[in-house]
Amino acid sequence: MNAQSGGVRIAAAVVLAWCAAHPGDANAEQSGKVLRVVPHSNLTIIDPVWTTAYITQEHGYMVYDTLFSQDAQGGFQPQMVDRYEISPDKKTWTFTLRDGLEFHNGSPVTSDDVIASLRRWGQRDSLGITLLSVTEGFDAVDKKTFRIKLKEPYALMLDALGKSSTSVPFIMPKRIAETPADKQISEVIGSGPFIFAKDEWRPGEKIVYLKNSKYKPRSEPSNGLAGGKVPRVDRVEWLIIKDPQTQVNALVAGEIDMIEAPAFESFAAFKGNPDIELERNAVRRQAMLRFNHLQPPFDNVKVRKAAMVALEQTALLRAQVGIPTMFGTCFSVYPCGSPLATGKGMEHIGRGDVKGGKALLKEAGYNSTPVVIMQPTDLAVLARFPVMAAQLLRQAGFKVDLQAMDWQTLVSRRAKKDPPDKGGWNILITNFTSFDLANPITHPMVAGSCDKAWFGWPCDAELERLRQGFLRAGSDAERKALAEQVQVRAMEVGTYFPIGEYWYPRAYRRNVRGVIEAFNMVLWNVDKDQRAGQTPGTLSN
Amino acid sequence: MLRYCLQRLVACVPVLAVVAVVVFLLLRFTPGDPAAIIAGDSATPEQIQRIRAGLGLDRPVAVQFGVWAGKLVRGDLGESFFFKKKVAELIGQRLEPTLALAVGTVIISVLIAVPLGIAAAFRHGGWLDRGLMAFATVGFSIPVFVLGYLMMWIVALKLHWLPVQGYARFSDGFLPFVRHLILPCLTLSVIYSPLIARVTRASVAEALTEDLVRTARSKGLPELRVLLRHALPNAAVPIVTVIGVGLALLLGGVVVTESVYSIPGLGRLTVEAVLARDFPTIQGLILVSSVAYVLLNLLIDLSYLLIDPRIRY
Repeated sequence: MNAQSGGVRIAAAVVLAWCAAHPGDANAEQSGKVLRVVPHSNLTIIDPVWTTAYITQEHGYMVYDTLFSQDAQGGFQPQMVDRYEISPDKKTWTFTLRDGLEFHNGSPVTSDDVIASLRRWGQRDSLGITLLSVTEGFDAVDKKTFRIKLKEPYALMLDALGKSSTSVPFIMPKRIAETPADKQISEVIGSGPFIFAKDEWRPGEKIVYLKNSKYKPRSEPSNGLAGGKVPRVDRVEWLIIKDPQTQVNALVAGEIDMIEAPAFESFAAFKGNPDIELERNAVRRQAMLRFNHLQPPFDNVKVRKAAMVALEQTALLRAQVGIPTMFGTCFSVYPCGSPLATGKGMEHIGRGDVKGGKALLKEAGYNSTPVVIMQPTDLAVLARFPVMAAQLLRQAGFKVDLQAMDWQTLVSRRAKKDPPDKGGWNILITNFTSFDLANPITHPMVAGSCDKAWFGWPCDAELERLRQGFLRAGSDAERKALAEQVQVRAMEVGTYFPIGEYWYPRAYRRNVRGVIEAFNMVLWNVDKDQRAGQTPGTLSN
Repeated sequence: MLRYCLQRLVACVPVLAVVAVVVFLLLRFTPGDPAAIIAGDSATPEQIQRIRAGLGLDRPVAVQFGVWAGKLVRGDLGESFFFKKKVAELIGQRLEPTLALAVGTVIISVLIAVPLGIAAAFRHGGWLDRGLMAFATVGFSIPVFVLGYLMMWIVALKLHWLPVQGYARFSDGFLPFVRHLILPCLTLSVIYSPLIARVTRASVAEALTEDLVRTARSKGLPELRVLLRHALPNAAVPIVTVIGVGLALLLGGVVVTESVYSIPGLGRLTVEAVLARDFPTIQGLILVSSVAYVLLNLLIDLSYLLIDPRIRY
């Protein structure tokens, strides 16, 4: 017995000594620089045209390139395009691709590839659909030059080709781009700075990208999504770590290099940790409360107005985000500080005027119809808004039925037009990035196109007239005036209630350099010092 | 015995058929539309409808079932709506972490629990017995995520002995494989050990009161020999059963532990598939899980033959 227990002790001592000698590596270290990142969500779909999911767009930015890119100031700069010309009647656009563009399979990027990619994208994206609707035809002038002929001038050409948020017009080889838009592509061949390592893709666990050493970046310095895209690490691994606390622990221990969207609750753990940098994202999200215009009581514009008057941006944001530096009220449907932002039409809403809300509700003849609010309890970035909204509406005299569900149930249920007691709904709360809300065409909440509008289905001919006018406006001043009119009308109609803006911070270890401030997590130009910041850390509190 | 095995395996077929039908129907009547989830937040109703048609979800439920069942009898579990990968491939990728976690946990639990249970039964009512009861109560009571974070904090963040999270495959090397398994297996062992220890204690304590033990003692056999050669084999059936059931439960996936330690096992895949309403993946997972349960139960039953010669099939 003594000999046995002695053996056990020796074995235990050897194991512990060995463990202590091999601190904290998550995976066997690969050769070269490896950047390990936890993205905001799991990558499930790899076709950026097939879905509008943000994570798929971020995957797209890793492997594909775009004709134009949006800089940090919101302007559109050529990316794959070397130069372009517009005919005097503004109906013919001629683009020339820059030299050295090559797909990951070694074939050059040609005009035919670009045209096929734009055609496929144009069947799915809202801006793409409007572009194709005014397009007479595409011409491949030569291998590097292509022409878009329009039926009428189209002011949003660069906005469309340089679209940076949902449904980005990424360029794929013609053979792949000819896949019907309703069918998901299964091959990932781009011409971007990283190559998708499909063999190493383990859904729900790890997505791997390898440096495209043949990529020829632009010479301009990086600026937002524009400028030179230089892949500086040999390998990028997206690791799917679902648990927020484990994400924090892994970052502190040096097992990962970056968390794209750490939970607000994690901030305390990062504070005071010299190895961790916490950076506010350059682009905000606007939270929004959407009414279902088809079902009582919100089929009545006066009831919608009563709710908009009674709701309070500050209370809602404080309840959801909690950290004052991470949110801001914004009384504009367009991102505050953006070129089209204006306060017109929003002077009396969102200030928590319970008295005013009650009066409007009485005037509307509200008969205590229950208001069903959908609460996605599993989506931390939205889960608390509905609770506060319910309370504010109750104070104003609404009868509220707050229904908890998972996000995917909400996503399915929001498509139902039935009454709430038959599986429909009255209020849902969601958010969109500021890039999506930059103008009245891409902004999903200001459309009044009835059945074709975003869930909630507002129907207003005047709103549609103003939006179409924006599309055809000839000058920036005219566009700004029309955008303002759209906002005023949207608030009159009560298409939705803007809750305000908040930021998703990004956390990374200090040995990571060159992180680009952009809504989309892009990892070109990001470098990693292999020596510094590798010491496993401890939580500061 | 061979006949018994065949009978049991044949009896599995209707069980699995019922499971297949029930799972298929339950999923179709559960709220949630995979097409809406795939389409993303900015999709229009028309886009969602097109995707629904592309997935075949606009067909009658009976037709959908016919297509799926037809593939199933040919051994094809179908293709994930989301990943565009074969469900069998997805499950195959997640099988190794789950198996490793389950086997590791059972090994640690048995090594801790069986000797403790025997000792507690032998010293019935003594300090060891009372200590075991206290350990069992604590083990059952601590939520697994609390225990997981606590161990992570002490062992990984403070002492830097082991990694915080993740899983290294066996093909990545034996040492990384073991290092990544120690913490999650220990965490789960704290829950499984008390269960096995209590059953062992009760079973051995009962065996110690039997006539054969009294006879062995009266023959003058040493106490250790009485315990290990006479009492333990007679107490083994319930112990093996609880170990087997524990293994089956672990193979079904331990969602919280897998989430806390970021282990890409079947538990996480199940939750992800359910949340995404990935019908083919959920159906495949439940079927595979059912097969595993049935086979494990059969193995447990067969193991009784080795333990107790009185048992005959």
